[in-house]
Amino acid sequence: MSERRTIFPGWRLPLLLLAPQLLLTALFFLWPAAGAIEASLMRGDPFGLSARFVGLDNFTELFTDPLYLAAVGRTLLFCGAVSLLSLGLALVLAVLADSAIRGRAFYRTALIWPYAVAPVIAAVVWILLLHPQIGALPPLLSRLGIVWDYRLDGTQAMITVILASAWKQVSYNFIFFLAGLQSIPAAIVEAARMDGAGPLRRFWTILFPLLAPTTGFLVTVNIAYSAFETFGTIEALTQGGPAQATQTLVVKVYRDGVVNLDLGASSAQSVVLMAGVMLLTLLQFRLLRRRGDAI
Amino acid sequence: MTGGRGLLVHAMLALGAALFLLPVWLVFCAATQDVGAINRGEIALLPRRDGLSIFGDVLFGSGPAGADRPVWPMLALSFAMALAIAAGKIVVSVLSAYAVAFFRFPLRMVCFWVIFATLMLPVEVRIIPTFEVVAGLGLINSFGGLVVPLLASATATLLFRQAFLAVPDELMEAARMDGAGPWRFLTDILIPTSAANIAALFVILFVYGWNQYLWPLLVATHPAQETIVVGIVKMIGTESATEWNRVMAAAMLALLPPVLVVLAMQRWFVKGLTDGEK
Repeated sequence: MSERRTIFPGWRLPLLLLAPQLLLTALFFLWPAAGAIEASLMRGDPFGLSARFVGLDNFTELFTDPLYLAAVGRTLLFCGAVSLLSLGLALVLAVLADSAIRGRAFYRTALIWPYAVAPVIAAVVWILLLHPQIGALPPLLSRLGIVWDYRLDGTQAMITVILASAWKQVSYNFIFFLAGLQSIPAAIVEAARMDGAGPLRRFWTILFPLLAPTTGFLVTVNIAYSAFETFGTIEALTQGGPAQATQTLVVKVYRDGVVNLDLGASSAQSVVLMAGVMLLTLLQFRLLRRRGDAI
Repeated sequence: MTGGRGLLVHAMLALGAALFLLPVWLVFCAATQDVGAINRGEIALLPRRDGLSIFGDVLFGSGPAGADRPVWPMLALSFAMALAIAAGKIVVSVLSAYAVAFFRFPLRMVCFWVIFATLMLPVEVRIIPTFEVVAGLGLINSFGGLVVPLLASATATLLFRQAFLAVPDELMEAARMDGAGPWRFLTDILIPTSAANIAALFVILFVYGWNQYLWPLLVATHPAQETIVVGIVKMIGTESATEWNRVMAAAMLALLPPVLVVLAMQRWFVKGLTDGEK
């Protein structure tokens, strides 16, 4: 961790300055996290009158529950598809925007504004595109012989939530890829061009390897995004249905805990998710450090 | 670059831009359609001029005695919440970043890691216990309950700390020579020199606050405490009776404010976002 040479003396003022942040963190982050861990080790009686310590029973139950394991697999598939789709499209658009000589500012603006679209609004946009009754695309799909109804067909529901979630994330990735491309010295690319390397070859041998730190960082951000922030998109589109076909882990925590009030199971799921985020965050900071930045 | 390839680049970029603009344009057009046409699945590619009044109806309520709830109070609440979250997060993180970067005190690293821990605990993974704490504080259905639990931000603190570490030592020595104490140094020198960072962070945090869904859904059970994002999902509600043109109009109104903030402050926003992650 890097440090300043010049500092102010004293320890009362800095602690006072830190007090609001520490208080908020303790009250709304650490205390609830501890609460979740405690609740995950307890089980209430059917009447909710008392709870007793059951050790890791909730976790054993969780990891032997085929419904939970199915949700884990589904979440992995969902995160992988959303990340791959939004990263791939963003990378293509960033490379194109970087190579456009005229109109670069226009394209940048045209691709940046979707950053502000809420996950729930992304769902509304995709309802208008894919809803079996009011959507713009299902009539075209039916001409191809595809009966489209994501409210009844689990696979189609999964495709719908993946498209809506990836659509919303493209602009975030685009901003980072474009910044990454613009920090690559033009001389390197120019030298390759002089050696007769075509645009595709230049991309795979120079741009893509030099973008690796940005890509690595974005992969972790996209996994975290698709795992957690897509809750609104999925709730507005499918509520996790039909028949749990789009129930990712976060939707399941919400359904089990808030809707069905199964606190022990929900807390155990929360703790598993916390472990997941912790792993992702640590990975992210390792990648950041590799980018040569001091944390 | 040859002319043909340049053209291809532009065509593909235009296609990319259309992939985002066109669906939102369709949402705008659908809002102006009458409810019967939209339910029959008729797609409008142009807005109906006499349908534009839907935005007034949705904003201020329509039907006998305002049978449809107006959305302007939801927009006002979303706006107040986004502003309060952005301003609050900035104040809290500037103060703590200042403490961590410019002072040495016992348990400094412990404090740093405690702040860092917030990165690992998004609200989605601690839904019920956080709700219980907020309920215990009597903050359910209050503006404070909506805003305060979201105020701690490790990202903003790390960003400001990074910016503060880059402040030249000479600047601080000069300030001390002139007799400026730590508080004067913060308000007169550090905050003005960090204006660009603050502007960038404001955009990111405003969008973050405006787009919140899960937390407002949990903490505000009273209709008067509904944000626009929560309100829209409720409007979609039961499929059979959904007035889709109203949903589309409300979605347009909910989309506009954060998009305008991003567009207006684009330059700072892009720089701040990509610098912040470094």
